[in-house]
Amino acid sequence: MSENTNNTPLVQVKDLKEYFNINMGLFKSKPLKAVDGVSFDIKKGETLGLVGESGCGKTTVGRTILRLYEPTGGEIYYKGKKIESKADIREFRKEATMVFQDPYSSLNPRMTVSDIIGEPLDVHKLYSNKKEREERILELMNCVGLNSEHASRYAHEFSGGQRQRIGIARALAVNPSFIVCDEPVSALDVSIQAQVINMFDELQDTLGLTYLFIAHDILVVRHISDRIAVMYLGKMVELADAAEIYEHPLHPYSKALMSAVPMPDPKVARANKRITLSGDIPSPLNAPSGCPFRTRCPYATDKCAETMPEFKEVSTGHFVACHRVGEIN
Amino acid sequence: MKKMPFSMHVDLDQFIPATEEEKAYMVQMRPSSTFFKDGVKRLFKNKIAAISLIVIVVITLSSIFIPLFWPYDYGTQLGISPGKPVDASYANLAPFQYGETEQERINNGEKIFPHIFGTDQAGRDYFIRVVYGTRISLAVGFFASIIVLIIGMLIGSVAGYFGGKVDLWIMRFVDIIYSLPDMLMVILLASVMKQTLNPIIEGTVLARIGSNIISLFIVFALLYWVSMARLIRGQILSLREQEYVLAAQATGAKGGWIIRKHLMPNCISVVIISTALQIPNAIFTESYLSFLGLGVNAPMPSLGSLASDALNGINSYPYRLVIPAIVISLIVLSLNLFGDGLRDAFDPKLNA
Repeated sequence: MSENTNNTPLVQVKDLKEYFNINMGLFKSKPLKAVDGVSFDIKKGETLGLVGESGCGKTTVGRTILRLYEPTGGEIYYKGKKIESKADIREFRKEATMVFQDPYSSLNPRMTVSDIIGEPLDVHKLYSNKKEREERILELMNCVGLNSEHASRYAHEFSGGQRQRIGIARALAVNPSFIVCDEPVSALDVSIQAQVINMFDELQDTLGLTYLFIAHDILVVRHISDRIAVMYLGKMVELADAAEIYEHPLHPYSKALMSAVPMPDPKVARANKRITLSGDIPSPLNAPSGCPFRTRCPYATDKCAETMPEFKEVSTGHFVACHRVGEIN
Repeated sequence: MKKMPFSMHVDLDQFIPATEEEKAYMVQMRPSSTFFKDGVKRLFKNKIAAISLIVIVVITLSSIFIPLFWPYDYGTQLGISPGKPVDASYANLAPFQYGETEQERINNGEKIFPHIFGTDQAGRDYFIRVVYGTRISLAVGFFASIIVLIIGMLIGSVAGYFGGKVDLWIMRFVDIIYSLPDMLMVILLASVMKQTLNPIIEGTVLARIGSNIISLFIVFALLYWVSMARLIRGQILSLREQEYVLAAQATGAKGGWIIRKHLMPNCISVVIISTALQIPNAIFTESYLSFLGLGVNAPMPSLGSLASDALNGINSYPYRLVIPAIVISLIVLSLNLFGDGLRDAFDPKLNA
C-alpha cells in the first residue's frame, strides 16, 4: 500500500454510463442502467476498493473501464490520455488486465497452464523466440507461487486457489501497471483468500501495480484498499479513504453497510447497533427518481425524490452523494 | 524406551530417517505429456475403438493396394477377346469357378488366379469390383464429409461468435436450404451437373475421376453443410458466454483467434462425432444416387451400384448383394464406434 503521490491519476473515469438494452416483447426494448454516471480517479500505485451489493454494477464498471463493453457515455483516461480509438484500446490492453471472479470458468479447459499464461504474450507477440516465451512463463509461474512442473497440466487438475494463481499469472503476463480484480477471492475459501490477498499485496509492492479491487466482502476490501468507493444501483454514493469510510461513513447506505460487517470481537459486536434497511434493492429497470436510495432511506425527504444529489467533496478526499449529509451526521 | 504392554504409544525407536534415495522417490512427479499424446493413449486403451480403427485401416489400405497387383481389372469382361465370339461361360461364375478356356489351361498344367467371388453377369471378376467399389465409396464418404466439415465449421462459427445481424441472416439462409426437399435437390443438381461438368473438365485430371463423382461432391457441399453449421453455431453460442472467452477478449485477442484457440477446441468432440456419422451418411447418399443411375459412371463400381445390380439376380446369386452389404455395414459400424472412442478419448472433462 505505497502512497505514490504523482499528480496525474493513472486512471480517470468521468461520468461513465453503461446501459444494456433489454428486449421487452417483439419491438420494444428498455435500457437497463447498469452503471449511471460514475466518476472517480485511481492514483498510481494505489488500490481502490469498490463495494456494493449484488447487481449494483460493480463488475460492469470494471469491465467497461477495460472496454470489454462499449460505454454508453462518459470518458476513460489512462495516464491522462483518452481511450477512444481501436488502436488506443489495443495499446491499453497491454497496460491494463483483469483477474476474474470464477477460477473455474475463466480458464479454458482445453489449454495447458503454460498456454493459458502465455496467451497474452502470443496475442501481443511479446517474445522473439520459443525459448524466451518459455522463460517468461516460468518466471510468471514462480512469481505467483506455482511449481514449474505444472506448466504442461490442464486447469482441471488444480485446486481453486491454484487456479486463481494461474489467472493472476495470466493477468501479469503483459507487465501491466493497472489490474482490475473482479471479486478475485469470493470463490475461494477463507484460508486461501488470505494467501491470495497477501499475494496481491506483495505483487503490488514488487511490481508497482495499481488495482481496482471489486468485492462485496468489506473486511477484505478494507484490508487491501487505500480508498473505498461504495456503489448503489449503478451510482456511486460514497468515496473516501479506507479507514475514514470504515470508521465514519457519511451516506446512510454506507452506514448500514458498515454496521453489517461481522466483528470478530463479541463485545464490540454487541455494542454496535446494526442498521437494518427495509425493503429490497429496486430493479435497475425501474430505478426510483432522484436519489436511487430514497426508497429505503430512513432520512428521505421530498427533495430526495426530485433531484439526484450531487457527488461532492464534504471533507478532503471524502465524497458523498446525499442531500442531507450535513443534517444527519 | 520401555514399552507398556497395552500402551497405544508408538515406539519411536522403530523409525529410521529416510535415505536420500527414498526422499527422491517420494517427490517424484508424473511426467507431463501433451493433450494429443494423452488422447491417443486413452484411445488405444479402448479396445472397441482400437479394433474399429484397425478395421477401417485394413479396409482402406486393401482398397488402395489390392488393385495394384490383382491380375483382373474391374472393367474387363473376361469372356470377350478380340476376333472371337463372346464366351458366355464367363458370365455369372460362382465363387472359385473358372471359364471354359481357363479350365482348359488348368488342365494343361497352367496356374490361373481364382475368381474368389466369381464373376458378374457381364463376366467381370466380382472381387476386384467390390474392392474398387469400396475405394469409391470410402473416397466419396471421406471427401464429402471433409467438405461439409470445412464449410459448416466456417459458417457456423462465424454465425455463432458474431451473433446479431450476421447470425440472423446466415441462419435464415440455412433455414431456406434446410427446407428444400434434399432428395429432390440432390437428383436435380446431380443430373444438371453431370451435363454441365463434362465439357469443363474435359482433358484435365478431373476427367479421370469422372463428372459424376465431382458433381456428387458439389451436391454434398451445397446441401449438407447446413446441419453441421447449425450444430457448431449452437455449440459456439453457449461457449462464447464462458468467462475464458471474456478473459481472452480482455487480453486483446481478436475474433479469429478466439474461435481458433478457445471455441473450436471446446466443440471438437461434437464435430468429430458428427463428422464420423457424416461419412456413412455420404456413403448411403452415394449408394442411392448410384441406384438411380446418377452415381458413378459405368463400368466404375461403387458399393451402392453393386448392391443395386445384384437385386436383379437376388434369387440365383444372393451373395452378390450380401458381400457389398457386409462391406458397407463394416465401414459404417467401425466408423461409428471409432467416432465414439475418439470423443471419449479427447474430452478431458469426461476423464477428469
